Amino acid sequence: MKATRQAVAPTLIEMGKENPNIVALDADLAESTGLNKFGKEFPDRFFDCGVAEQNMMSTAAGLAVSGKTPFVGSFTVFTIGRAWDQLRNVVAYADLNVKICSTHSGVSVGEDGSSHQPIEDIAMLRALPNMKIIVPADFYEAREALKASVEIPGPVFIRLGRPKMPQVYDDDYSFKFGKADVLKAGKDLSIIATGLMVRMALDAADMLQQDGIDAEVINMSTIKPLDEATLIESARKTGRVLTVEEHSIVGGLGGAVSETLSEKLPTPVTRIGVKDRFGTSGPYQEVLKYFGLTPENIVKTAKEALL
Amino acid sequence: MKDLRKHLEERALTLRRHTIRMIGKAQSGHPGGSLSAADIMAVLYFHKLNIDPKKPDWPDRDRFVLSKGHACPVLYAALAESGFFPVDELLTLRTLGGRLEGHPDMRKLPGIEISAGSLGQGLAVANGMALAARLDGRKARIYVLMGDGECQEGEVWEASMFGAHHKLDNVVGIIDYNNLQIDGFVSDILEIQPLKEKWESFGWHTMEIDGHDVMAIVEAFDAVESIKGRPSMIIAKTTKCKGVSFMENKAEYHGKAPSGDELEKAMEELSCIEMIEPDNKEGC
Ligand SMILES: Cc1ncc(C[n+]2csc(CCOP(=O)(O)OP(=O)(O)O)c2C)c(N)n1
Ligand SMILES: [Mg+2]
Repeated sequence: MKATRQAVAPTLIEMGKENPNIVALDADLAESTGLNKFGKEFPDRFFDCGVAEQNMMSTAAGLAVSGKTPFVGSFTVFTIGRAWDQLRNVVAYADLNVKICSTHSGVSVGEDGSSHQPIEDIAMLRALPNMKIIVPADFYEAREALKASVEIPGPVFIRLGRPKMPQVYDDDYSFKFGKADVLKAGKDLSIIATGLMVRMALDAADMLQQDGIDAEVINMSTIKPLDEATLIESARKTGRVLTVEEHSIVGGLGGAVSETLSEKLPTPVTRIGVKDRFGTSGPYQEVLKYFGLTPENIVKTAKEALL
Repeated sequence: MKDLRKHLEERALTLRRHTIRMIGKAQSGHPGGSLSAADIMAVLYFHKLNIDPKKPDWPDRDRFVLSKGHACPVLYAALAESGFFPVDELLTLRTLGGRLEGHPDMRKLPGIEISAGSLGQGLAVANGMALAARLDGRKARIYVLMGDGECQEGEVWEASMFGAHHKLDNVVGIIDYNNLQIDGFVSDILEIQPLKEKWESFGWHTMEIDGHDVMAIVEAFDAVESIKGRPSMIIAKTTKCKGVSFMENKAEYHGKAPSGDELEKAMEELSCIEMIEPDNKEGC
């Protein structure tokens, strides 16, 4: 088991060796994000900004506008929360080439509690023009997404998690930015999941299969731009959609899917996620369960949706 | 005077014992900044603050704002020992369904004046409380504890200008100056010196004291009461993880719970009478 955030250090070091324009900035969380290892490898291309995320984000903008490719790291509550205006009015507005490797996302942050559990970041970023959002399902997808982000012009947000989770893919996985991955074909219901919920959606689909329900499982790792074609094709086939995310049901994957389908192919959608409330402290397994972010609850909700 | 010193030193030791037991039990939490602030917290909660645990919402009470919210174990210990909630509840730190969130939640626990966790905001909140006290004609004093790493946040300096501009002499800031943040020594990551001169030039009455000498802390709080027309900042020189020798002055214990032998050794050093069984969990 590996955490998605563990992809940061090895991937950036590998890319940094070939690409001297890659630089990294952190705000006093470099061990947690893994960027301290990049700093050891390339001391003159790493800047620990201290507890000063706003300054970090605008400094990254200055580096980007001067031809560098900065990777900015911190916890998601701070990269998006504290540095929001810098991200909006400097980075995104000018479509600058800043890559945000944002760790400790969602309620799986666990013990640190609600102040450290972002559940609104995807919603905020979706509304930001020029922004691209990738939520990797596992370590391998995180690694490939980080590599791909350098080739994508403009700002890219990569939403990474804290806990070690079971994998979805293996070493050979090839990630395609902007393309949803149909992991299991099915005809009764489309389960669209993102992040660490993808593995759980697959487990849930296995359980549903035993009860005679044939669910399709799609990993929607790129949330913006959304792969509307794959979504619509699946919804047309099954006629019933369930979204699953470790984020608020407001404005995240569930929001994106609902907006697209209601305009292009009205289909009943049920959203699993955090139900418009703040998180809570506890070991991450217990917190995920508390919010119904488990294969068992996906099964239960899917059955209710099909009644 | 001698008795007061002894009394407060004992209270500080009690706060340190609770801190290690709570974090040891949860196997999660921030020992470093809790232990470095234990003496300051003991003076505030057992000598200085005009508060009443039976009336946590009493409008004339003094306010304490923990701006560096991650140090809440020592705040929870001080609140429990003051009678805001049962001491036994301390061992529910960071558990699901408990009131002792990883960072303080004012909607869950009595005695918390403001929820916290995101650094840099407490001083501005304290300024707001101070303005309200002035508008309402109350004598309440507003104390706010910040970290030295936290002083790297821009908002601290926005609030600094504001406090001086509005002559908020009912605000008392304390900086827990342990020269450590998460990634290393503050002086290596992003120097904040000259700190006293910064606050002075921003218009604050500024003092430097030994943050582990309870009488020096008492005297500083007393002294700043006579300062009128501007807010006061007390820079308290401290040692991170003070009280547990092998953890002292080490960045790694900022947010790491001691476990196994380490935990036992830490509890022995603080002569924790009752030992605890830690809940075994993955680390951060
Ligand atoms: C805005 C914000 N950025 C980052 C963090 C993560 N963080 C928690 S504690 C800490 C270091 C704080 O150091 P300091 O203020 O010196 O506290 P102390 O040494 O007293 O523990 C950081 C960066 C945070 N809580 N809030
Ligand atoms: Mg410090």
